[in-house]
Amino acid sequence: MAGEAHTIDALGQFKLHTALGPIGASVNFSQSNLMMVVAGVLVLALMYFGAKPRAVVPGRLQAAAELAYDFIHKMCVDQIGEEGKRFFPFVFTLFFFVLFGNLLGLLPFSFAYTSHIAVTAALALTVIVLVTVVALSIHGMHFFTYFWPHGAPKALAPIIIPVEVISYLSRPVSLSIRLFANMVAGHVMFEVFASFMIMMAGAGAIGYVGAVGPLALNVVLMGFELLVAFLQAYVFAVLTCIYLHDAVHLH
Amino acid sequence: MGIRMAKRGRAVAAAVALMLAAAPARAGEGMPQLDFGNSLTQAQVVWLAIIFFALYLLLSKWALPQVASVLELRANAIAGDLDAARKAKAEADAAAAEQAKATREAHAGAQAEINAALAAAKAATDSESAALNARLDAQIADAERRIAAARVAAMGALEQVATETARDVVARLTGTAIDGLVVNRAVAAALAARAQ
Repeated sequence: MAGEAHTIDALGQFKLHTALGPIGASVNFSQSNLMMVVAGVLVLALMYFGAKPRAVVPGRLQAAAELAYDFIHKMCVDQIGEEGKRFFPFVFTLFFFVLFGNLLGLLPFSFAYTSHIAVTAALALTVIVLVTVVALSIHGMHFFTYFWPHGAPKALAPIIIPVEVISYLSRPVSLSIRLFANMVAGHVMFEVFASFMIMMAGAGAIGYVGAVGPLALNVVLMGFELLVAFLQAYVFAVLTCIYLHDAVHLH
Repeated sequence: MGIRMAKRGRAVAAAVALMLAAAPARAGEGMPQLDFGNSLTQAQVVWLAIIFFALYLLLSKWALPQVASVLELRANAIAGDLDAARKAKAEADAAAAEQAKATREAHAGAQAEINAALAAAKAATDSESAALNARLDAQIADAERRIAAARVAAMGALEQVATETARDVVARLTGTAIDGLVVNRAVAAALAARAQ
């Protein structure tokens, strides 16, 4: 066995490279973007082919499409209120873009675009800009009272206002890093255990027996990562809804 | 709880990843995600914006309304069925009420008829028994009259027989004829005493 086979390259999997041959290379279209297109096409296909039978008693695919629709619709109405219906398409797009990104990333030879901080930060910035624009358009200058809790003593203003502003500005940071860190951690652990497995297998017959341990861990980890994929997409969407609720109702 | 612990484990793993990223040389250049100078990392965000916006437009204008229309279709179908069921129930209720009313009326009519028949029968019986009573009364009165006449006739005959017998008895006992007037008076007095 060559020496370099024994090093664990846990981060190489996140490296971007161009996809779709020379055309993709000429427009800097990476495999990450290709997976985004795949995810988008899958979401659209689920909705289109799900809604196609138009059956009163739905089949499996239609039930899945309706469940997806109802799940996000209910989330919007529950968290934001009746005004939440306006933001339903946006939250739906966000949730399924993140969810399919997380799930596609679990497939072999695939790529998890949600494991890139640039992507999650761009999504979080979109959310926070939208929230701020919505709040300003609904409440105008009154929006800035959001940074002043009702009934707080005036003497504490120099402390409270900066704290509130910082907590508002830290929303996109926590939103993007939470998703990014979760996805990176999961994929790094996959890679590390898989590398252990190969290194042990390289050690001969006893190594084959020992390699069962990391393999079993990776199997368990896969189930856990499925949970994380859903959970993080849900957290992202729910937090977006909560921020939108604040923007619409101000506290 | 399990999720919280898993999250802590995850944080540790993330720290390991960051340490791996910080550790120089091994994989080359650390975390590829933090290589913001890479033109692919920058282009990735531009493509993300294009793809996400396209997905948003396609979902909100094309795909989601289809699902919404299917859901609306079902809601309408269910509402229509419920309406029909409610209407049918109202009709059934009305029919049941009508039937109950008819039954009640028929019952009342039958009761009235029974009462009338009973009253008529009673009246007929009453008049019949009254007529019978009257006839019997008349017959009794007639009989009593006849009995009284017979009695008077019998009494008259008895007085004559008693007078003659008394005169014969006295004549036989005493051997002398007695005045008829005296005998008459004595017999009348005796009969009157008996009649008392």
